[in-house]
Amino acid sequence: MPDPTDIVRLKVNGDRYSVGVPAHFTLLEALRYVLGLTGSKQGCDKGDCGACTVLLDGRPTLSCILPVLEAQEREVITVEGLAPPGGVHPLQDEFDLNGAAQCGFCTPGILCSASALLEANPDPTLDEVREALSGNLCRCTGYTKIYDAVLKAAERMGPGRASEKGSSGGGRGEPGGSAND
Amino acid sequence: MTDSHGAGSGNGAAKSLSDLHLIGTPMRKVDGLEKSTGRATYTDDITLPGMLHGKILRSPHPHARVVSIDTSRAEAMDGVRAVATGRDMPVLYGIIPWTQDEYALAVDRVRYIGDGVAAVAAVDEDTAIEALRAIEVEYEELPAYLDPFEALLARGQYEAGDYIHPPRKEGWNGNVTKQVKLEFGDVESGLKGAEHEIEAEYYFEGTTHAPIEPHCAIGMASRDGRLTVWSTTQVPHYLHRELARVFSLDPAMVRVLQPPVGGAFGGKSEPFDLEFCVAALSMKSGRPVKILYTREEVFYAHRGRHPFHMKYRTGLDAQGKLTAVDAEIVLDGGAYASFGLVTTYYSGQLLCAPYDMPAYRFNSRRAYTNKPACGPKRGHGSVQPRFAFEVQLDKLAEKAGLDPIELRRRNFIGSNTRTVNELRITSNGFLECLDAVESASGWAEKFRRLPFGRGVGIAGSTYISGTNYPIYPNEMPQSGVQVQIDRSGRVAVFSGASEIGQGTDSMVAYVAAEELGVPLEHVRVLRGDTDFTPVDLGAYSSRVTFMLGNACIDACRKLKKQIQEAVGDAWEVKPKEVLLAGGWALWARDTERKMPIREAFNLAEAKFGTLGATGSYNTPKDVHGDYRGGTIGASPAYSFTAHVAEVEVDVETGVVEVQKIWIAHDCGRALNPVLVEGQMEGSAYMGCAEAIMEEHVFKDADHGRGGLHNAPSLLDYRIPTSLDTPELESLIVESLDPEGPYGAKEAGEGPLHPSIPAVANAIYDAIGIRMDSLPFSAPRVWRVIQAAREAGALAKPSAPVGIPAKKTGAQP
Repeated sequence: MPDPTDIVRLKVNGDRYSVGVPAHFTLLEALRYVLGLTGSKQGCDKGDCGACTVLLDGRPTLSCILPVLEAQEREVITVEGLAPPGGVHPLQDEFDLNGAAQCGFCTPGILCSASALLEANPDPTLDEVREALSGNLCRCTGYTKIYDAVLKAAERMGPGRASEKGSSGGGRGEPGGSAND
Repeated sequence: MTDSHGAGSGNGAAKSLSDLHLIGTPMRKVDGLEKSTGRATYTDDITLPGMLHGKILRSPHPHARVVSIDTSRAEAMDGVRAVATGRDMPVLYGIIPWTQDEYALAVDRVRYIGDGVAAVAAVDEDTAIEALRAIEVEYEELPAYLDPFEALLARGQYEAGDYIHPPRKEGWNGNVTKQVKLEFGDVESGLKGAEHEIEAEYYFEGTTHAPIEPHCAIGMASRDGRLTVWSTTQVPHYLHRELARVFSLDPAMVRVLQPPVGGAFGGKSEPFDLEFCVAALSMKSGRPVKILYTREEVFYAHRGRHPFHMKYRTGLDAQGKLTAVDAEIVLDGGAYASFGLVTTYYSGQLLCAPYDMPAYRFNSRRAYTNKPACGPKRGHGSVQPRFAFEVQLDKLAEKAGLDPIELRRRNFIGSNTRTVNELRITSNGFLECLDAVESASGWAEKFRRLPFGRGVGIAGSTYISGTNYPIYPNEMPQSGVQVQIDRSGRVAVFSGASEIGQGTDSMVAYVAAEELGVPLEHVRVLRGDTDFTPVDLGAYSSRVTFMLGNACIDACRKLKKQIQEAVGDAWEVKPKEVLLAGGWALWARDTERKMPIREAFNLAEAKFGTLGATGSYNTPKDVHGDYRGGTIGASPAYSFTAHVAEVEVDVETGVVEVQKIWIAHDCGRALNPVLVEGQMEGSAYMGCAEAIMEEHVFKDADHGRGGLHNAPSLLDYRIPTSLDTPELESLIVESLDPEGPYGAKEAGEGPLHPSIPAVANAIYDAIGIRMDSLPFSAPRVWRVIQAAREAGALAKPSAPVGIPAKKTGAQP
């Protein structure tokens, strides 16, 4: 039978929760199966693929190998919390505009890694983007369109503006920068 | 369109680019923001009220008789709601109707480590795992075949364990799935008369798809006798058929739903044990049941690229033209047939373009072995022979003193022609592809001219835009859509296709917006629900853009005609003078005269009633050879690709660094160039990964337990990270196919093929060694380098005739 259940206090995307979970649960299991935040994905369940990446106190963290108890009293941001209410983060918008999400399954984790990069380094070089995303496997894109999206988002946010955390709805860009009737 | 089924007709040259408004421009995906904001709901994101968690018990033996299964202890456990075994589903199924050889769970025999034996459903995952431990299975081990050549030599009786499957005919070897021998033209005289001949053996190690989303399914049996299954499948229609068959249900009582799929690449293109298990467990428990594969189970489910043992003999005449090609191929198929019958044909049939072959022969045999079954992976059956053949061409060019790009040009098959095996070729932009990569890569300055250790290589290929015939014989269309227009100005497309990330939902939306003149944001796509969407056969064989695109044009043009007529009546102008574009209906003679598209729709609805139309596509029938197997490999159109790869080889460590791949691909017309480039880059990435790192291998008895997967994790089965992936440059070539939607052909599989031989040929250009076995991993390359060094053969190859050698940097 399952382990005894613990009450865990979590702060996710600014919301505070007290939830009962088996003591062996990972943060990913608590997010997906208890809180209903299914944006973070399980690809391997052993810390190899990066699809479960969330921000823990601002640092990209593999939630599938983090015991949920260790997330207590810390700030968790998932893909659902990247954008302001009703808006989209420039990274999310640029992922759409540049075709950076094909199947989209690795996308939430990559967005968390990329947003941490832009927070720390608002004007990254291509090599810095490659380095920052090297813990997130993507099987669809060959990464090229992902680099395009991250670099364009950085440009759009402007140096030093990474912490503004996106635009409100409506300020969306044009696909490929060209008019489309 | 010529008739209601659109058979053999197309929409290709119907419009020139200047008539198109959206098609050909970069556009958002209809599900792009849903995916980038984490709102897209994949199968494992679904939780139904009262849902149970299922798990499957798997065989620890590669080949064994199942003597008995005792589930009583598991059934008695608290929290366990249902247990199923093969006895509950004793009906053979399989994706190819002629080779059905699988049970949902083993009935009397297991055939690979990982074969499903029993399944449980419990209140939570932990309880389900404990219940599996309580199931007692008695096995009687049988000798295991891990080598395809040994399997092909077997003689004896199925019952005695000499064969993996019962022979299909008395006296046959039960370890052979299929043998295909075909000959076109006179191969022996072609080879005899050749000025140059190359004979060589090649080995393609198996690889697997490794989608980031593991397989998942949810089953829900309703009390009224209906069965609903949500699945990560890329072929909802075939799953629908097989579920009905295995459970003896009326297909009208079975519903398959396909949520967004997190990557597939061919790895989800047939039914798997979990889909039957969730159905059986739900029927028994009366509750919804979910099974999510672990990553290890994904590796064992496999159905990936077959290991191929290949031998080629190829002749070239004094003018540099091919004289004959002879191929002997053994496919290591694994435990079940899967798509193997088709793979065996494809291993030979898909090689006959883009080069003209006067004579061609192949003999391909697929062996069963006691390993996870192989099946279709992106570039099904043709990636392996393409690797071997493009290296053969490189060797022939070297021997004949020709630039390898020139050799390929000389042998170009042309457009509007037939291959030696009688497949119809229509549009063909291969020469433009060669030109594009030659110029973009700086080939003339690099080939044979880079310093020792660095090199460039070229390769070409072709691929199908869908198979001409469906998997089960029928005369019905291959693809269908239904389009509905409502009073708000919105267009709803009910699409049968499978969205697996390649953008098919977006593609139909682009077509609907183009044809009906509505903004893209006003198009809704409902897809992947067999209760409500028309049939499309699935996301395989690069068929969807070509077939579904044509079907959607068919439906939209029926509606467009009604709208033009209604507006024409209102304006008292000819209907064909009414344009629909950019959210307006406009008069072609004076575009100042216009009305919002919604008003145009309302006029049409008033005149004709509720606006809706179906559209479908079926293939032309006279595009293949008139011989047994001549339909396999036939496609309404073929894509063409050329790559140049640039590499740097470290001769001390054997590490091959692929620095850049230039990808030129003839996709007919790029409906959305951003998505086409994405397919080209993703394909080239995946091919490059197979070239330099991926190995789906199993232990033999000398290295642990025979038949055990060597590395069933994403850490040990290495797929490229961002740091391992070369720079990729896409060069789109548009040949405007006469039958493709707006001229489009496939883009999702063709551009994988040349990556591998282009890298092999670049390694030769860099250090003068031939890598005829995959992958070009450091240990393998290092061993070949050591052998070459001992033989004094490690050196930059000399320049062919016509390419003056550079004076420096040619020695180690």
